[in-house]
Amino acid sequence: MADRRNAFIIITYSLLIAALFIFLFPFLLLIVNSFKDNGQILENPFSLPTSLSIGHFVDVIEKMNFLVTFKNSVLITVVSVVLISLFSAMAAYYMVRVATRFNKTFFAILVASMIIPFQSIMIPLIYIYGAQLKMIEMAPIPLLIALYVGFGSAFSVFIYHGFIKSIPLELEEASLIDGCTRKQTFFKVVMPMLMPTSVTIAILNVLWIWNDYLLPSLVLTKEHYYTMPIKMKVFNGTYMNNWELLIPAILMTVLPVLIAYLFGQRYIIRGVMQGAIK
Amino acid sequence: MKRLGNQLFFTGPTMIFFSIALLIPFVYGFYLTLMKMATPVSPMEYAGVENYLRAIRDNKFWDSMWLTIKYVGATIVLVNVTGFALAYLVTSGLRKQNFFRTAFFTPNLIGGLVLGYIWQFIFVRSLPTLGEKLGVELFRLGWLGDANLAFWALVIVTVWQSAGYMMIIFIAGLISIPRDVIEASTIDGANSWQRLTRMTIPLMVPAFVITVFLSLKNAFMVYDLNFALTGGGPYDSTKMVSMHVVQKAFIENNYGVGQAEAIILFVIVAVVTGVQVYYSKKMEVSG
Repeated sequence: MADRRNAFIIITYSLLIAALFIFLFPFLLLIVNSFKDNGQILENPFSLPTSLSIGHFVDVIEKMNFLVTFKNSVLITVVSVVLISLFSAMAAYYMVRVATRFNKTFFAILVASMIIPFQSIMIPLIYIYGAQLKMIEMAPIPLLIALYVGFGSAFSVFIYHGFIKSIPLELEEASLIDGCTRKQTFFKVVMPMLMPTSVTIAILNVLWIWNDYLLPSLVLTKEHYYTMPIKMKVFNGTYMNNWELLIPAILMTVLPVLIAYLFGQRYIIRGVMQGAIK
Repeated sequence: MKRLGNQLFFTGPTMIFFSIALLIPFVYGFYLTLMKMATPVSPMEYAGVENYLRAIRDNKFWDSMWLTIKYVGATIVLVNVTGFALAYLVTSGLRKQNFFRTAFFTPNLIGGLVLGYIWQFIFVRSLPTLGEKLGVELFRLGWLGDANLAFWALVIVTVWQSAGYMMIIFIAGLISIPRDVIEASTIDGANSWQRLTRMTIPLMVPAFVITVFLSLKNAFMVYDLNFALTGGGPYDSTKMVSMHVVQKAFIENNYGVGQAEAIILFVIVAVVTGVQVYYSKKMEVSG
């Protein structure tokens, strides 16, 4: 029995380590090659760098206009995620507590809308907000944020809705009897209880918005509005096959998220888990 | 009166943004398919069902749709099998489980576009060098230059990215299975394979409903990865339906037909996911 248990442990670990290698190998390859020049990369992508020069990184920061691009991405992601969380929590709370026919119907429409592929609204979006209302020209960033808040609301309301249903009414009733209005009750009593769910929702939305390419590529047409993925795409076009610049650029693009993950991985894994169960 | 005020205060913002982003464009999208229109600024005229007829006769659209369906099939199977296997390994009670979970999830932090560029480096530069050194013919071929291999490159990268996400969902399912159920079957003499196939997997149907739904939807809508890794090439052989629609509308300047094709895509996705959820819910009840 002990032998079988040992054999089981050895096999499981071997499989896990093999899988680990496959999952982390691309990242290692990026790091190793980010310090090399084209000659070394072309000769052997698996060799270790001869020096740890950060020259290419400095070059890339300048050529990508990194600070501006990074700031755009942060601004768009943070504002969208805060608004999605706030508005979705408010809407979900009211729909659960005041379950009129209107609210039930609206909730059903939100849930059903989750199967609409982005591609089937993309053309009308560009038509309405680009050609007709000229918003792509005049206010691309507010437009993009408004679209993200709209796209994010269905899923977020759905998750909040599931959680709020499980909150006992007593606490809110006490606060309502004490003379608080519904608004005060929501912000003082309910909102703090929603904190863990808000973290989940924020994480899932950050991952999606930070990495999104297609929608911003249609809305942000001027260079100083570009987000990280769009900049990366343009950079790739300009420096095609120039790996000594492309690899540091790729690494710089994924690094902010990887660092955030290093610190918040517990919350992120838990967030995905909770997002799936609801 | 007070009630109306609260209704507007609480649900108003969501209603407004949802309408701006989804409801209005979605409804307007149907209207657009009935119009003859090249670019968004060209004048419109009523065209009836002409756009739909042209979409139906567009062979390239159906080629890309067929390819997408093959991709959907391949990724659903491989993503779920890999994700489940990983979840099974990291819940078997060994030490360092959390470290492995964290590592396997990492590829999900990267967006499809950058993912495509990373793997381009692997397929174009790294694997051929490796193949040369080890004398492995399969690695030496330029995968992205061959229609068939380029398709599988897309599938492999998708599995590499999504398996970790599905793993998390499966872990949530696996740890919610009551221990005594598994113990009871062990006492009854079931070996570990029987426990897996007769007990664990049937109890995991609710998790599979979610993972299959997610992988189905993601695969039908794939664009960023397709665009960055293969660009639809070689010779349009890996161009999937999203990319076809984007190019139809914005590059060929054919908004009307592009939108009609997008609506056909919506109907297919709605029917397939609807059928999937309906049947798997039924399995959940009886299984």
